[in-house]
Amino acid sequence: MIDLPTLANILAVPLAMALLLAGWRMVSGPSFADRFIALDMLTAIAVGFAALATVATGRGAFLDIALGISLINFVATAAFAVFLERKRRQK
Amino acid sequence: MIYLAMMLLIIGTGFLLIAAIGLVRLPDPLQRMHSATKAGTLGATLMLVGVMLPPDIDELGLTSGLTILFLLLTLPIGAQLLGRASYVSGTKLKGLEHDPLASELDREPEKPEELAQKP
Repeated sequence: MIDLPTLANILAVPLAMALLLAGWRMVSGPSFADRFIALDMLTAIAVGFAALATVATGRGAFLDIALGISLINFVATAAFAVFLERKRRQK
Repeated sequence: MIYLAMMLLIIGTGFLLIAAIGLVRLPDPLQRMHSATKAGTLGATLMLVGVMLPPDIDELGLTSGLTILFLLLTLPIGAQLLGRASYVSGTKLKGLEHDPLASELDREPEKPEELAQKP
């Protein structure tokens, strides 16, 4: 049976594939809403990567990064939503 | 305990991968949001729970517990704001014959997909 750091290193591969797919949607998304949704997804994947780094190294400091990323994500999503509504109203 | 943590990590990664596949394959922004918000939140939460369990990490599970609480509190609010904004800004709605919000919110006319954003 494999141990926990090895499993974390293996699981980084499918998570990187998810990162690639979400990044593709962010680059080629046809509207602004698609890009913001892709940003939401990218932060969820980043939280997952922080969890994997915690398991792989055994240091709890990486969880602080996950907390910070999730805090920033909420503010960014709210700001982008307001931006998207205001952009329509100015036209 | 270790095996439970391994299973949670594997399932969480699977949910994140499925959410990313849905983000690429689903046809319009609201359905993409359905995939990214629900499956993405569940995947990240499961991975954080999997970090809390093994005993050889120098954390008492406080930070990951706080992160889970914060994710579950704020992601529905963010998704609601973003969904309303994308509906109002006139994104494409596919597979919807009758729009029940049409009398409540005024929205932009739908743009053709290619003309919407050209860098």
